[in-house]
Amino acid sequence: MSEKPKGKELISQGIRTDGRGPKDLRKIKIDVGTLEKADGSAYIEWGNNKILVAVYGPREVHPRHLALPDRALFRCRYHMAPFSTEERKNPAPSRREVELSKVTREALEPATLTELFPRTGIDVFIEVLQSDGGTRCAGIAAASIALADAGIPLKDLVVACAAGKVDGQIVLDLNDVEDQLGNADVPVAIMPRTGVISLLQMDGMLSREEFKEALELAIDGCRQVYAMQKEALMRKYVGEKESVEEEIGEGVNEKEGD
Amino acid sequence: MAESFEIVPKIRQKRISEHLIQDKRIDGRGLTDFRKIKTEMGLIEKASGSCLVSLGKTKVMTGVKVEMGEPYSDRPEDGVLTVNVELVPLASPSFEPGPPSEEAIELARVVDRGLRESKAVDLGKLCIVPGRRVFVVFVDIYVLDHDGNLFDASALASILALATAKIRDFSLSDDGRIEFKDGTISLPLQNFPVEVTVAKIGEKLIVDPSLEEEGMIDARITIAVGKDDEICAIQKSGPGTLSLEDVYKAVDTAKDKAKEIRENVLGGVEQWLGKGQRIQ
Repeated sequence: MSEKPKGKELISQGIRTDGRGPKDLRKIKIDVGTLEKADGSAYIEWGNNKILVAVYGPREVHPRHLALPDRALFRCRYHMAPFSTEERKNPAPSRREVELSKVTREALEPATLTELFPRTGIDVFIEVLQSDGGTRCAGIAAASIALADAGIPLKDLVVACAAGKVDGQIVLDLNDVEDQLGNADVPVAIMPRTGVISLLQMDGMLSREEFKEALELAIDGCRQVYAMQKEALMRKYVGEKESVEEEIGEGVNEKEGD
Repeated sequence: MAESFEIVPKIRQKRISEHLIQDKRIDGRGLTDFRKIKTEMGLIEKASGSCLVSLGKTKVMTGVKVEMGEPYSDRPEDGVLTVNVELVPLASPSFEPGPPSEEAIELARVVDRGLRESKAVDLGKLCIVPGRRVFVVFVDIYVLDHDGNLFDASALASILALATAKIRDFSLSDDGRIEFKDGTISLPLQNFPVEVTVAKIGEKLIVDPSLEEEGMIDARITIAVGKDDEICAIQKSGPGTLSLEDVYKAVDTAKDKAKEIRENVLGGVEQWLGKGQRIQ
């Protein structure tokens, strides 16, 4: 967190730079099954973040020697497109992306029943097309949907959201400016049915009480996103089921007409 | 995946678990005891600052080098701090030569976050000519012997190396040129973060896991605590999960342990703070 220029307010009269209140999430839109070739996929728009996720697997592991005898090898790649940021980002994976790939994997793997697919690999590819703060959380939320879309057995969805401290106030879901100039950022991922935490990071400066408040606010944000994840999956699969029934129904009618 | 966790035999795991149930550790420690911490500063004369930390049998050496360079374009008036970790192959059978592994990058970034977010080094005081020339502080962490808990050992070695680093005294001429003088000055230190790792095995939370304990942990959480008990950085790591109560308990433990290390092991940290005010 760097110091903000003096005189610039990030929250004035309870309104943030993008017009939100302190405890408001940004607008979130989730699409399921966006990609043709992937086994599972999802697209999320979280504020100005635009992120595509593809899941491949369970499939043969390459290179083969990495395969595990008792469970699937779970791999994750978090990557930002060169055009996703204000200044062009070198497409080679940065140290930040390597770390985020690791924590993303560790956030998603506990929910995945990898032991059902020994000697195989499950690959999750997260591509950030446009970033505006909070991409790791948006990526995790979308990746969890893509895993479900791939039909991989999960104990639970994984849902992520951040909270932090901006202008001395605890706020939900920081955007890029708030992340850059704010006092602290706490990204959290949970498995909502049991409430266990699978990702937790923090940078900035917080007292114990502020940290507690931020963590609980982030978990509250997670629960709101969880409802949207379920709704997105229902929209695709319940919608699909109805259209299949319709097709079958039409087929029967045609036969009757013969 | 590529983590350097040791494979612990099932029979040994059982013994470790049996000890933990009785709130004991297999090496005789209590659940929240650190192993013996030994610190040696200034072993490397060619470095601006250096520190060798022994945490039980884990050994980590940090060297600090200060050079002149360009600032980042978005922080033209700040000096530059970079943290790098080398998991050298002599430290563990699972370390290999080659580009830094995921594990090394995570370790470096967590130490970096602790130093940066606590504002340990006052980077504003390391500017020579705004936008053109600043001091660049290289913190190079060398893991020499890996017996678990590299996070805490590396963070401690790094802050101590920074705290004891000396650079040539200098003055700035009117046209912004730097002139070196005799004598040395310290780096401008304003906070003293200590990182504490709490690991979860079964239902128990333990502090400072050894290598074999790391081989059976569900998840661990590293917490950087500043001199006024503020939390500056957190990283949950490892494949498992933590409950909300685990997190709160870990934060409280980390605060107590960080205080204990600052007072008992280092004899208070005030001796290192507020020095080097002469830069700029």
